[in-house]
Order: sequence, then structure tokens, then C-alpha cells
Amino acid sequence: MEPGAHGRGISAIATREQWLQMYSQMVRIRFFEEQVNELYTGGKMPGLAHLYIGEEAVAVGVCSALRRDDYITSTHRGHGHCLAKGASVDRMFAELLGKGAGYCRGKGGSMHIADPETGNLGANAIVGGSTGIAAGAALSARMRGTDQVAVCFLGDGALNQGLLYEAMNMASLWKLPVLYVCEHNRYGEYTPSDEVTAGDVKARPAAWGVRTDEVDGQDVRAVYAAALGHVQRGRAGDGPGFLLCHTYRFRGHHVGDINRAYYRSQQEEAAWSRERDPIRLLGLWLIRQRMADAAELERVEQGVRAEIAAGLQFALEAPYPDPSEVTEDVYA
Amino acid sequence: MSMLRAEPAEGGRAATRDLTFGQAIKEALAEEMRRDPRVFIIGEDVAEAGTVFKVLAGLVEEFGAKRVLDSPISEAGITGIGVGAAMTGMRPVVDIMFGDFITLAMDQIVNQAAKVHYMSGGKLRVPMVIRTTMGATRRSAAQHSQSLHVWPAHVPGLRVALPSTPADAKGLLVTAIRDDNPVVFFEDKMMYGLKGPVPEGEYAIPFGVADIKRPGTDITIVATSSMVHVALEAAKALEGAGISAEVIDPRTLAPLDAETLIASAQKTGRAIVVDEGYQQFGATAEIAAVIADGAFDYLDAPVKRIGAMNVPVPFSPVLEDQTVPTADSVAAAAKALCGRE
Repeated sequence: MEPGAHGRGISAIATREQWLQMYSQMVRIRFFEEQVNELYTGGKMPGLAHLYIGEEAVAVGVCSALRRDDYITSTHRGHGHCLAKGASVDRMFAELLGKGAGYCRGKGGSMHIADPETGNLGANAIVGGSTGIAAGAALSARMRGTDQVAVCFLGDGALNQGLLYEAMNMASLWKLPVLYVCEHNRYGEYTPSDEVTAGDVKARPAAWGVRTDEVDGQDVRAVYAAALGHVQRGRAGDGPGFLLCHTYRFRGHHVGDINRAYYRSQQEEAAWSRERDPIRLLGLWLIRQRMADAAELERVEQGVRAEIAAGLQFALEAPYPDPSEVTEDVYA
Repeated sequence: MSMLRAEPAEGGRAATRDLTFGQAIKEALAEEMRRDPRVFIIGEDVAEAGTVFKVLAGLVEEFGAKRVLDSPISEAGITGIGVGAAMTGMRPVVDIMFGDFITLAMDQIVNQAAKVHYMSGGKLRVPMVIRTTMGATRRSAAQHSQSLHVWPAHVPGLRVALPSTPADAKGLLVTAIRDDNPVVFFEDKMMYGLKGPVPEGEYAIPFGVADIKRPGTDITIVATSSMVHVALEAAKALEGAGISAEVIDPRTLAPLDAETLIASAQKTGRAIVVDEGYQQFGATAEIAAVIADGAFDYLDAPVKRIGAMNVPVPFSPVLEDQTVPTADSVAAAAKALCGRE
């Protein structure tokens, strides 16, 4: 599906301000991740990180369709989801650096950022590990009589974890307001998805009676439109959904995955970043629609850059947790 | 809450009536569900069937199918759903029919439930109970007979309770449901019909408080779950041989009341630990090490461990009965430890 295939109709589902907001949010994720990569290569960040660069339209398109009190569960590649749901960059950086001011007081790190205040029930480093948790949050919302929905982000790798199918089965049986968003970036770690995934992906949720559709995950407008539909139907009691988003991981599996030629070609990578960059695609559309000009987009980017720099500074200067905190929070 | 008594019986003054272990479990669930609308049950055959052991019979009639949820046979799925519901304001009680099946849900128990609070820097909580079973000699063979309570007890962030009497079962389950942490609650399926006095009215038994089931002076027998009854029977036999055995039930493995166990071993100078889990790397090993550390200078003999035989639980009664600790094996070990062979 080409970006813009939805035509002018789609511009009606969001205002100019909302599209610009999404642009800004995608840029925030991009710059944040670029900075994370620098922290890694500069030896300033403990451990590793799985960059979301290239997939920004999925997190932003989906989370823009959510309310603050709606839930998300995220993955090991989760920085984009957390930011898109409303996390701030300073406390994100602080967590990645293991600082006490981080979202998890330095106990979670890159793969476990949780922020209940924005409905983020946590990134999860077990592939498919949150597919039941998201269904449980949806069940809870219904039991408590709210109209919250839960979104479970998962990669194509999670398509081959059994828990997803146990959870979707119950979500469908009980009409739970949960939306499974599959970020199909074509590779599970270092293995092409089609080498390990049989059959038609869409047929899987469909077989469970889960409302299923697929979109171009590089087109934030398409993602947003589809997510909005799913979320509205979920809120209305119409049961779970599955949104297959075709996207691409511009960088490696993690920051240290530099030499990738054995599993994908440089030409393929270059083509995606040249032609299918979600930020560039939205920018071009905004300009074409006369919703913004290049100078305005540049101003947005400069503003985000300043925010990232300030957030990083905050995190670098923040103190580490006191060593005595190691035994805190084992039990509530 | 101020009405709550910490212990069911204070010198036997509290009025009691006899209930079976299973009835005590159900009473705890029913009372907590009446008290707190956030409590719900999810599991296989929990509603009309009342579980395969009929322990929950009648609950769906009182609380309805929305709070007593019959689920598919999906242990990992229902545990995950429990975790998510618990993180967002509910207090689920997940029913895993046989303890052997917690293996299917181990990621959700170990990597999710146990770690959410810590990983989130204390912001998220998982107030969830996983009720499951343990215990052999039901002629159910290797996949329906194991006692795997040390698996969750190994993992920080989980609490593990394993009551031995109807009164303890009710009081500990009330505490489990009110606890803000994930609790794995093991019920010996062979004890569901066991009758015992249960106090009238509402009460909770705190975790991490061992109960001296029988005072004694010559040897300490630490026993868990149904092994408490094996130990009590052994103690009775030992009495005839002039040995006064003290039987202590830790009631919870996590937290473990090390203080009470160590104090008893210091007093008696000898200790045996009896548990129905496999002996290798089992609860007996951990408890024996705790006692050895804490009471070394007082001990007249090494701490003896008696667990289940290190074999998959066999089917044939002739084979199976050898695999679990018995009153005879415990009494024989006690006599040997006391030099009275």
C-alpha cells in the first residue's frame, strides 16, 4: 500500500495539529534512539539496547489513537512505545543509564521501562511474554466497568510463541478490549521471519475470530486510521483486534549488531531508509497537503533536538541509586 | 481490619467447628469474594464443575460466571491474564489444577509475576494468588503427583504457602488474597477431605510464622503440608520409645520463619526436615542449611533430610508408596539421630 493511498479522506480523521504532533513524536523517538546508539558506542551506557529506528510510525500511529488511561504492553524494542505513550525523554535516558531518576529507579533498564501514569504496563524482554498480560488488563478494565482498552505490541518473532494463541483465544471468547499490534519488521533477531513462520500470518488471528487487518507500517496515517478503528470497536465492546503492521528495523537487532550482511543485504537496508522512512513520508505528505512547510518541520526537529539534549544532560548528571536499594521492591 | 485476629486459636478459646481442608479453602475464597469485589477466580473447570476436586463447588452459584471464570486449558494464558488483571486493579485467584502444570506457566510466574514490582522500581504490583496442588500416593503417576513448591520458592518476588490443616488453610489463604505480591499456594490434594477445627469468624494467619504443632524436647521435626501429619504420627510412635519430638510446620517457605526453626533446633540439639518434594535440591536442603547455619553449635548430629525419592513418581502402588516419606521412615531416622536404634 502506498503512502497516501487513503487519499484525502484520511486527513479528516486528524487535525493539522494532530499530524504535526505525530511528526514531532516520531522525530522524538528517532533522535532519542540515535542518541542511545551514541551512548552505547561511546561506552556510556551499561548493557545493550534494541533500537526502534525505522518503526516509529507504528508506535506513534497506534498510541495516538489511545487515551492516556488506556494500557500498553511493550517489547524489548520498546523505547518508541514508551515515548509514544507519553514517557519523557529525561527519565527514559536516566533509566537507560541505570540512574535513580529513571522510570524504574535503575532496576529495569532498556528492556523493562514501565510507566503506569501513562498506562505503560512495561516493556517485556520475553518475546510474547506480555500477550497474556495485555488480555488481563483488558479483562480487568471490563470487570472494573471502565471503557479502557489495552494494546499489546509484539514483533513478528512473537508470532511463534504459543502464549499469543492462548491469550487471543480467551480474548476472542470473552470479547476483551485488547488490540494486538504486530510490528512485522521481517527479522527475528538475525533470522528472516519467513524462514521460521509458516502460512499466512493474518490467517492466524482470523482463525481465532479476531478482527484482523494489515497496514503499511511506514505510513503513520494508515496506522493511525486502522488503530483508531480497532480501538473504537474495542471500547464499544466488540472484542479484540489484530493489526499487522509491515515495517522495517533500519538498524541491527541491537546496538552491537553491526555486521548484518549474513542475514540481509546493504541494498535492502538502503532502499528502506531511502524510500520508506516513516518520518520523511509524513513530512512530504504534510508539505504536499500544505499543512506545513519545510521550515516548520525543521523548527519541530530543532525543538525536539533541544529536548533530547536537555534530557540527556539531566540523565548524565543524575545520581546512581544508593547501593542499599538493591533489596528494595522485591516485595510490595 | 481491627476485628482481625492474627491467629485462629488463642489457647483454644476461639469457638471452632470442624471443616474439611477443602471446605476451609472454599470458605476463605467465599468470604474474601464477599468482602472485596476485586477478587475473582479463573481456571479450568472452576465454575459448575467446582474443580476436579470439587473444592469450589457452589461458588459460581453465589458469585456468578463473571467472577468464577471457566477458562480453556491454557495454564500460561490464564496466569498471564491473572498478572495483567492484578497489575491493573484486580485480585485474581488463578486455579492451576495440578501442581505439575505450573511448569506450563513458569515464564508467567517467574519472569513476569515475580519481577514486575522490582523491575518497575516498585510502581507496579501483582496481587495474585495461584492456587495449585501437590502430593503423591493418589495413583496418578509421574505427571499428576509432584510436589514442586520449591520451584517458585527459589525465585525472589514470590511467596509460597503450603498449609497442613483446615484452620491454617483458611487463614493463610485469606492472607494470600490480601497480600500485594504474587503468592503460589500449594494444597495437598490428599488432604482435601481431612477434617479439623476451624475458628468461627474472620481471621488471617500471617506469612512467615511457623507453628509448633507438637512441643517436644529431644528432637525437632520440621515438616511441611501433609508431611506434618506424617511427622505427628512419627512423634506419637517416638513417644513410646521415650523420645520427645517437637513438630514444627513453617507454613510458608517464602518467607521462611528461620528464627523459630533455629530456636527449636538449639533447644533439642537434633533436627529432621521432612517434605514431599524431591529430596535433591529440595525444601529439605534449604531448611537443613538454615538450621545448620543458625544452630551449629547446639547440634549433636547433622541435620537429617527426608524428601521424596529422586525418581519420577511411579504408578504402581507397590512402587509409588516407597517414594514418599512415611511415619515409619521418619521415626526410624529420628531414633537413629537420637542413638536409639
